[in-house]
Amino acid sequence: MIPAPFEYARPTTVDEALQAVAAGGEDVKIMAGGQSLIPVMRLRLAAPSTVVDLGRVAEMRGVREDGDALVIGAMTTHAEVLTDPLIAQHAKLIAEATETVADRQTRRRGTFGGALAHADPAGDLPAVALALDAEMVIAGPNGRRTVPASEFFVDYLTTALDEGEILVEIRVPKLAGEWGVRYEKFNRVAQAWSIVAVAAAVRRENGHIAEARIGLTNMGPTPLRASATEAALSGAAASADAVAAAARSAAEGTSPSSDLNAQADYREHLAQVLTRRAVAAAAGL
Amino acid sequence: MTVTEDPAAAEVAPEREIGKARRRKEDARLITGRTTWTDNMVLPGMLHLAVVRSPVAHGKITNVDVSAALEAPGVVAVYTGRDLADEQGSIPCAWPVTADMVNPGHPSIAVEEVNHVGEAVAVIVARSRSAAADAIELVDVDYDLLPPVLDMEQAVKGEADLCHDHIESNTAYHFVFDAGEAGTGGDTEQAFADADVVVSRRFVNQRLIPAFMEPRSVVVQPQGDNFTMWSATQIPHVLRVMLAMVTGVPEHKLRVVAPDVGGGFGGKLQVNPEEVIALLIARRLGKPVKWTETRSESLMAAHHGRDQIQYIDVASDREGNVKGLRVRILADMGAYLRLITPGVPALGAFMFPGIYKFPAYRFECDGIFTNKVPTDAYRGAGRPEATFAVERIMDELAVELGMDPLELRRKNWIQAQEFPFTTVAGLEYDSGDYDAATQQALELLGYQELREEQRRRRESNDPVQLGIGFSTFTEMCGLAPSRVLGSLSYGAGGWETASIRMLPTGKVEVVTGSTPHGQGHETAWSQLVADQLGVPFEDVEVLHGDTAVSHKGMDTYGSRSLVVGGTAVVKAADKVIEKARKVAAHLLEANEDDLEFSAGKFTVRGTPGTALSIQEIALAVFAAHNYPEDIEPSIDADATFDPVNFSFPHGTHVCAMEVDTETGFVKIRKYACVDDVGTIVNPLIVEGQVHGGLAQGIAQALYEEAVYDADGNLTTGTFVDYLVPSAADLPHFDTGNTVHVAPGNPIGAKGVGEAGCIASTPAVVNAALDAVRHLGVRDIRMPLTPERVWRAIHQGGDGGDRATAGTNAYGGASTESTAGVSTPASSLGGDL
Repeated sequence: MIPAPFEYARPTTVDEALQAVAAGGEDVKIMAGGQSLIPVMRLRLAAPSTVVDLGRVAEMRGVREDGDALVIGAMTTHAEVLTDPLIAQHAKLIAEATETVADRQTRRRGTFGGALAHADPAGDLPAVALALDAEMVIAGPNGRRTVPASEFFVDYLTTALDEGEILVEIRVPKLAGEWGVRYEKFNRVAQAWSIVAVAAAVRRENGHIAEARIGLTNMGPTPLRASATEAALSGAAASADAVAAAARSAAEGTSPSSDLNAQADYREHLAQVLTRRAVAAAAGL
Repeated sequence: MTVTEDPAAAEVAPEREIGKARRRKEDARLITGRTTWTDNMVLPGMLHLAVVRSPVAHGKITNVDVSAALEAPGVVAVYTGRDLADEQGSIPCAWPVTADMVNPGHPSIAVEEVNHVGEAVAVIVARSRSAAADAIELVDVDYDLLPPVLDMEQAVKGEADLCHDHIESNTAYHFVFDAGEAGTGGDTEQAFADADVVVSRRFVNQRLIPAFMEPRSVVVQPQGDNFTMWSATQIPHVLRVMLAMVTGVPEHKLRVVAPDVGGGFGGKLQVNPEEVIALLIARRLGKPVKWTETRSESLMAAHHGRDQIQYIDVASDREGNVKGLRVRILADMGAYLRLITPGVPALGAFMFPGIYKFPAYRFECDGIFTNKVPTDAYRGAGRPEATFAVERIMDELAVELGMDPLELRRKNWIQAQEFPFTTVAGLEYDSGDYDAATQQALELLGYQELREEQRRRRESNDPVQLGIGFSTFTEMCGLAPSRVLGSLSYGAGGWETASIRMLPTGKVEVVTGSTPHGQGHETAWSQLVADQLGVPFEDVEVLHGDTAVSHKGMDTYGSRSLVVGGTAVVKAADKVIEKARKVAAHLLEANEDDLEFSAGKFTVRGTPGTALSIQEIALAVFAAHNYPEDIEPSIDADATFDPVNFSFPHGTHVCAMEVDTETGFVKIRKYACVDDVGTIVNPLIVEGQVHGGLAQGIAQALYEEAVYDADGNLTTGTFVDYLVPSAADLPHFDTGNTVHVAPGNPIGAKGVGEAGCIASTPAVVNAALDAVRHLGVRDIRMPLTPERVWRAIHQGGDGGDRATAGTNAYGGASTESTAGVSTPASSLGGDL
């Protein structure tokens, strides 16, 4: 449980951080809270030559409004997300999912951006970011670029972040209208990763479901949208039957893994049940 | 009683300590960590060990290249199995359960062959812990792979691959207990032939990992030809004897210290390879060395528990009177035989009949070698396995007969007035009242109300179904009777020893041979002595765990400490009083026979105003100016106690379980248990032991399983995948007690360390099955993962095998053991 030797840099600005990452060479790892990185280093599954710790980059912390979007600094901790009034008002789904992330101690150190950049398919926040059509603001040696969540998650623990780049903030569109949200997480014990989870945001209009956005956690190497269910719900009656019928296609297009917790077919089944429950709750049924 | 009574004697008698729910006096330092855990030890010039472990389950070692590791910074030496082959001997096995048991030998470091993932193949000695850890990956070991033996049912077939090619089969022993042959029961085959009803089942009692809180750690300091070993062990006394035998370091040149030890659950009832290695290397180098395992090493290389396949048949008449019990088990030894590996299932052999009056019983057990880490003692050791089987099969029989499971039990259990009762397994159960415990447990649970709710949920076809499960258990505790242990071929006795030293200031030192590792001996023993000697609780200090202080003992396991070790303390206290009586008579100028000893004072009958406390006598004897001529000036005493029988705690555990039929998720709705552990010395400690035991027993039912993939890699190699529940995952426990004093010891205690763990597992599984039996489910294999429950409900069967890959979360499947041996079943892909 002792990591291999490594160099350590602790920049205080994004620019310094970019320089430290560039100077760190190929084997650099960015630490954004360390709640996943440190365990894999202790297990020697990762042995970076340099660790760049973003913990002191103040400009990457906090939540602000920017027109129709919330801008969440990548280094905003889970604990900060949970108590932030803007998130409570405009992005309740993030708060609801964050509450299920690990334990109190981990939420105190782990960060929103760190969880997204780590892109663990069993992590809770990537599917939420995907469901909310969040955008990732990435800083690199050549300036900043913005990548939509739908293009950010590339593969298992792999994102669109290139070498030398840092995820600095996340833009989350505010939900306008009558939205209900629900994060339905399934695991065997408290304080564990999701076996499967479903993030749902549902807009109701005149007794119907006008729009549903559904993100799936751990149904493949990346977070996924339950597109078929979303389509089926668009304009559907806000009834238990309609939701149940639409939820039956929740696992379409997914490719879940088989492991100690669940084999693929069971994960597909869970996705349907949890989607039904999440949508029904979000729709106030 | 008269009005002229002496005012001193009219003082309120001190409150009795026994029965008082005292907070444990050791907890402040244990909980804050402000104590000497072994890994806290720092000695001048101390070197650090790190163990290079096999990543393969089975293979011949063809080459070990340590040259790169030797050149690494801070590395002092690197030893391979070949380097230590001539002095390492074999890890001892103290329980040859049959005369012809085959022991393949257990090198501490593999020399020719590795037989499980995680087996030691080399040891790095370095100046710092991190330097030792860094050098591990520099050791290059070549293996010629051999097919791993992983499945017991395959391993016993004629054409099976062999775990050890120098022995003839994968079977270590065949142990039989037949009540007919032993004269304790009828002919089992005849009983089955004559029976109206026979129910047969195959149960899997899965492999578990003890998962103690403090990882194993050992420090050895050589001083001339003497050695002191500090180890996070349950058994410093046994360890000392065994290490002397294995390494040739003479017993009187070896001192073993178990400082405060953070849990063991049987997992530290062992002579560990790393303890032998540390002693050998300290001897070679003449330097102090330390080894502390990582959690990954602990899960992978410390011994596991359970792991039996049980084929059990029960015979009965149509009215539900049981006629016979037949048990055949395959018990996984793992790759080697450690301290009591073969004895664990044999200890269980006598508990399969449970609390029931089976007229006939036959037990057969095969101990099987596989390429997995050895199994050995784990909380309950043989008795949970037996209790699970009998409590599960009683439910199955009830279903077959269409009877209420409790009615069937009641019909067959030993009645209160029948104690002492000799069972079909030949054990004499001491005392109890199964019906009283059951009645109380049902009330605690709110049984009728929950049965009513279960009916409603069934009728409305609720997606969440409710079930109620029972376990009416007993266990043999107080491991002890030395003659009985001898008759079972166990290598040692089961006595316990204690001494009491009366210090000049009146304070009392109690030395116990029963070394605690978190149970609260210091508090409980102080309570015993405070009552016995009539001294304040605060005036008693309990010493333990250092063979130089506590020179002999049998240590702590098998719920034996209070029953055997506590009794030794009481008997030593009695001797102190008897010695003090002579001094008191002398000083009070009275006849010994006229003295009364009460509340710590000797008084002379009929002579008010005369009193001498035992603490005053301690000072008088220290000064030794005035004492009887025919005695030594000392009132210190020691005692050794060896009971003539085990003790038999019992209880009724009732679990109400919700099953979400859509997801398979099970959730304990309510849990009530009433345990009879005899006299309760400290209710708070008893409650704590029950709670902890319940957590572990429930964990076997619902959460924990050591899983190996097809190549023999432990894929539950971290706590991400080996699920130990937390308080958040467990329900409130409604606990109660009945008290039937144990007749076999003066305290009247029966033992409580394992009760919760033994009793709860079948209650939980029976409850889950009761919830979904109407959906056609007959069995669900442990642990009851949501997936298994869902499959059993929707696809039939027992839920089947789990996929063996570790969870994908942050790369958990790829632990130290599996890194570099990626297989389709364990590989992860992706990059980090």
